[in-house]
Amino acid sequence: MNISLVTSQDTDLATRAASPLAVRGMTVSYGQTPAIFSVDMTVRAGAMTAIVGPNGAGKSTLLKAALGVIAPLAGSVTVFGEPMADMRDRIAYVPQRASVDWDFPVRVIDVVMMGMYRKLGLLGRIRGQHKALAQECLDRVGMADFAHRQIGQLSGGQQQRVFLARALAQEADIYVLDEPFAGVDAATEKAIIAVLQGLRDAGKTVLAVHHDLATVPDYFDDVLLLNTQVVAAGPVAEAFIEDNLQAAYGGRLTTARADPESVAG
Amino acid sequence: MGAEFVALSLPPILIGVLVAVACALPGNFLLLRRQALIGDAISHVVLPGIVVAFLVTGLIATGPMLLGAAAAAVIAVIAIEAVRRLGRIEAGAAMGVIFTAMFAGGVLLLEQSDTSSVHLDVEHALYGNLESLIWLDATGWASLLDPAALAGLPVELPRMVLALVVIALFLWLFWRPLALSTFDEGFSRGLGIRTAPLGLALVIMSAIAAVAAFDAVGSIIVIAMFICPPAAARMMTNRLGHQVAWSVLFAALAAVLGYVLAGYGPLWIGANASVSAAGMIATVSGIILGVAAVAGPHRTRNS
Repeated sequence: MNISLVTSQDTDLATRAASPLAVRGMTVSYGQTPAIFSVDMTVRAGAMTAIVGPNGAGKSTLLKAALGVIAPLAGSVTVFGEPMADMRDRIAYVPQRASVDWDFPVRVIDVVMMGMYRKLGLLGRIRGQHKALAQECLDRVGMADFAHRQIGQLSGGQQQRVFLARALAQEADIYVLDEPFAGVDAATEKAIIAVLQGLRDAGKTVLAVHHDLATVPDYFDDVLLLNTQVVAAGPVAEAFIEDNLQAAYGGRLTTARADPESVAG
Repeated sequence: MGAEFVALSLPPILIGVLVAVACALPGNFLLLRRQALIGDAISHVVLPGIVVAFLVTGLIATGPMLLGAAAAAVIAVIAIEAVRRLGRIEAGAAMGVIFTAMFAGGVLLLEQSDTSSVHLDVEHALYGNLESLIWLDATGWASLLDPAALAGLPVELPRMVLALVVIALFLWLFWRPLALSTFDEGFSRGLGIRTAPLGLALVIMSAIAAVAAFDAVGSIIVIAMFICPPAAARMMTNRLGHQVAWSVLFAALAAVLGYVLAGYGPLWIGANASVSAAGMIATVSGIILGVAAVAGPHRTRNS
């Protein structure tokens, strides 16, 4: 009994060391009821993983808790087996677009420069190389011509691309995105997925909350079905099957398929 | 325009400018964080703190007053949080309830206590005594280089300089994380920025400005300067650094213009008495805001 316990712990240590983002026993509560309960998630290196689930399933909550944006009741997070606090330089984060004050007095290029905060520190001088990197990141998302616009003057899709450019400027290994396709135009969705797949092909890891069930098999390699607890997780071919979807969405599955926006959030 | 100006007008104008700038600087961030009311709250709750400090120590001295004000600010923050949670009331309403109640309590305390012998009363609390901060040792511009004369400067002047230096240093040092966490708190936390202590530090800086300024100029200027210059500056530009620069300019302009108008304005229109400098400075800052709202180049919003 003891021996098998030790062995399973050792196996998990090895699993976590190989995973760019591993979450164990994550529980978060807003008030009385848990938003997510005892969630385990092991993101596969070099893959694109979607977190999918009905409205209120705790998808964003799981991301935020994993990144330390909100404080969990319980749970641990490792990045390649190391504590998150030591590995923040390896992670880039794209929050939900709606979480930000778009009237803020800041230009597009300044937003992208925010991605270099950990490189620049409190008082580090902004040099030519930093500006060049910011401009290059904007170019990669097709926003090079908008560098000096105030962010509030952009459309929703353009704002989302600027957010992605900021994440690119972090030059991380893991890209974590919260609803990157919510409320964006078709052209932006194509542009974003192309950038993300480019990252994946360059060996980076992508993890995104996604609400459009129809595009999951096209866009992603792995999927984690969430409804407060983990319903299923694994490669899309194995985990993204009718029974699991039925278990995650219940009666809402038909609605979710007909109108992807209705389950956003 | 010489000895008389240096002795009677220069110190109040300088103090007015220092107060205005010290309040406007953190005000920019409070405004963008939709916490502008905090400046209002702090400047009101300072009063009961100062009165209690006087009742306990029996003297009007900077140390006890600052301690009393700081204690009142802490109590107010706890009380606001308690009202918000227990009463399930939104933050703005909770603040409004607590700071008006504490200010009113301070007024009652003040009336009941024997403060007639010292310079502490309700009028003073509201609009200070800027005009009385004169420099009797000054004999002309040369006095600015005379150590003996400089020693006689009103104590409020070096105090405000110190407060402004502390606030400016804080903003310079933490500019990036402050801007980042104000714009996008979730992203900042993902970067490992500790946003809660940073937000608290900003409130403490605002409290330092309010407490240091309170004795010299009263609460009217403090409240006006936390909000009016940054709000006017926001309509002049779409860049944070430029906004803060504009707010400093507007704050200084309001202080100088307000002081001069209060002293000489009534004479120009035929009246024979001057009006409160604090009231006029606050009024001018409001007029600047009004002009910016009508004519500022970046006054339209997208949402």
